Amino acid sequence: MTAASIDARARAIAEAVPDPELPQLTVADLGILRAVTVTGRHAVVTITPTYTGCPALEVIRSELRRRLADAGFDDVEVRTSLSPAWTSDWITEEGRQKLGAAGIVPPHAAPVRSAGPVPLTLMRSAPTEPCPRCASPDTARQSVFGATACRALYRCTSCGEPFEYLKEI
Amino acid sequence: MDTYDAYQAITDVTEDQRWAFGAGFDDPLSGIDTTIPDGVSADDLAAYCEMLGDDALLMSHRLQQWVGHAPELEEEAALANIALDLLGQARFLLARAGTVDGSGRTEDDYAFLRGPAQFRHVRLVEIVDNDFGLAMARLLVFSTWRLAVLDRLRVSRDPVLAAIADKGVKEMTYHRDYAAQWVIRLGDGTEFSHQRVQAGLDHVAPFVGELFTDSDVETRLAAAGVGVRPSETHAEFDAALDAVLSAATLGCPAWSASGGATRTAGHRDTLTRLLAELQSVARAHPGATW
Repeated sequence: MTAASIDARARAIAEAVPDPELPQLTVADLGILRAVTVTGRHAVVTITPTYTGCPALEVIRSELRRRLADAGFDDVEVRTSLSPAWTSDWITEEGRQKLGAAGIVPPHAAPVRSAGPVPLTLMRSAPTEPCPRCASPDTARQSVFGATACRALYRCTSCGEPFEYLKEI
Repeated sequence: MDTYDAYQAITDVTEDQRWAFGAGFDDPLSGIDTTIPDGVSADDLAAYCEMLGDDALLMSHRLQQWVGHAPELEEEAALANIALDLLGQARFLLARAGTVDGSGRTEDDYAFLRGPAQFRHVRLVEIVDNDFGLAMARLLVFSTWRLAVLDRLRVSRDPVLAAIADKGVKEMTYHRDYAAQWVIRLGDGTEFSHQRVQAGLDHVAPFVGELFTDSDVETRLAAAGVGVRPSETHAEFDAALDAVLSAATLGCPAWSASGGATRTAGHRDTLTRLLAELQSVARAHPGATW
């Protein structure tokens, strides 16, 4: 195989690793896979956490090492990158479609930081999100935080179905 | 997609054992450039990472203690998520401290094997908060202050601190918003909720001066373009607190004045009790995995 095709093969394997907390999506869909390079037998994969405390990161590292080792890359290094910080804008179009299919409303564009101190957002009303099941606009936010820091809990007041919303950051 | 089991994934790689306490993984800085910038004292940088790390670790612990006791399940989820963010910040900062000082100590060594005299946190984070109004008052003060500090740290000459701060600013922003919205809801709520959160603010007021007292380490590192003098953040803190407290119809307490010792005079009884719980498993079963 040519160097380019070996690179592409390693990248394809890394891209297919699922996120343990959102297994419908891969690390590529979420934008947390930042780079894959292969030099000889040495594969270097760079990932970035969605949130600093994200416990999924170590699971993703193990899974990257395992899958690449199974494919013959026996010298795999997984690097962490903290900067630039992950933003929900890095979720791919395919990732957004998969979120929607899983009943999770995908994030809007992340807020743009202006100059000066970080502004307070007092009394901001909860963003209104249409129900992913029945498309009703009559939904209510139940909790700013869900099973993970990146998700909020909503409930549709028309069909009664609860759903999640992946917050922009 | 093939069948996938997260727990299987973490156990079938031979070098990873399940952990009995702590993170169980001791290389969160894997692949991050951890060289020390020119002209910076390693001892100062390590101490600074410990300060910022200890603040996050102990604040996280106090928030974790609410799990099982919060007024509503939704608030438990919120507090646990905020605690997890801070624990993540602590992991990176304490791991950085151990690489900078050459001791090779891991994040778990810092969290579980130091005695009370070795912690470098501000006293605000160690006080007991057995009242939700007090918990929200403390979280508002803490997150407003830390957000202002981390926001300035994003341009640190130390690339690791800058990266941790860049990420941390996003998190502290929604921590502060969460606390601010509760303080407003309680302050502008019933007479009883108003009294409770006002009492909470009054309770934390004596610990606020320390937040803005520059230590020698902070002053030296700020001069070197690596750290932040917390006194520089006081005006930004006051402006944010004024906005929240006026919306909440709460009186701004007289914060204690700056000055005096900082990060050295922990209340030993409170901290000893806190660490007894935080460290009990690690000390009873050193290095345990299962």
